[in-house]
Amino acid sequence: MPATVRLQSADFDVGAETALLARGRTDVGAVVAFMGICRGDEAGVPVAAMTLEHYPGMAEAEIARHVAEAEARWPLLGATIIHRHGRLLPGDNIVLVVTAASHRGDAFAAAEFLMDYLKTRAPFWKKVERPDGASWVDAKSTDDAAADRWAERRPAAE
Amino acid sequence: MSVKLLYFAWVRERVGKGEEIVDPPAGVATVADLMTWLAGRGEEYAFAFESPKFIRAAIDRTHVRASAPIAGAKEVAFFPPMTGG
Repeated sequence: MPATVRLQSADFDVGAETALLARGRTDVGAVVAFMGICRGDEAGVPVAAMTLEHYPGMAEAEIARHVAEAEARWPLLGATIIHRHGRLLPGDNIVLVVTAASHRGDAFAAAEFLMDYLKTRAPFWKKVERPDGASWVDAKSTDDAAADRWAERRPAAE
Repeated sequence: MSVKLLYFAWVRERVGKGEEIVDPPAGVATVADLMTWLAGRGEEYAFAFESPKFIRAAIDRTHVRASAPIAGAKEVAFFPPMTGG
C-alpha cells in the first residue's frame, strides 16, 4: 500500500494529496480526507496563534506505526498523513489524513482511527497564544476515550 | 551508563534545555527512577518532575511506561501528554 507520512512547516494542498492516492488506478472506490484547522478560539477565549512542537524522528516513527496498524485492520489502498509544525494562525491547516479503499466504510474507519491515535499518541504539543499569555494545551480525556474505543475493538487474537 | 535525555513542551521549558547527556548512578534502573533522580538535580528539575504521573516517556523513540527499565537505552525523552492532531 502506498503510504506517505510527512512532517512539515509548509502548508499542504488537500486536492493534490487526494488526487495522488487515486490517480492511475481503478480499484480505489473511496477516498476520505480529514483536515484539522487552527481555530480562532478555545472555549470562548480568542486564540491569536498556535505553535506546534514535535519530537523529530519519533513523530514520523509513531505515525508510521499507526499507518501500519490501520493497514492491518482495514483493506486500505493508500494513506497519506501530513502534520504541520511551527507557528500557525487561525484558519491555517494543521493536519491532513487521507485514506483510500475500495469501499467507503473502510476508508472512513481507517481515517477516524488514524486521527484518534494521532491526537493521543503522536508526539506533538500545542501551545496557544491568548490575550492573557501563552500556555500549553492540556490533553483532553475525551481524546483518550476516542482512541481507547479502537483498543476495545481489537480482535481477541492480537 | 551515559544516556541522552530529551525534553519537550513544558518539561523542556521548566528544565531550561531541550537535551543533555547524563550519567545516572547505578540503582537508577527504570524511567520512574530516572525521574526521581532528575528531580534531585536542582530547582528547575524539581519543578519539571514534581508530578511524574503527568509526564510521559519514550525510550529510543517508542512510548514506554514509568516502570520500563532504562538499561541499554540510547535516548530517553520526557514530555507531557500529547496534544497534536
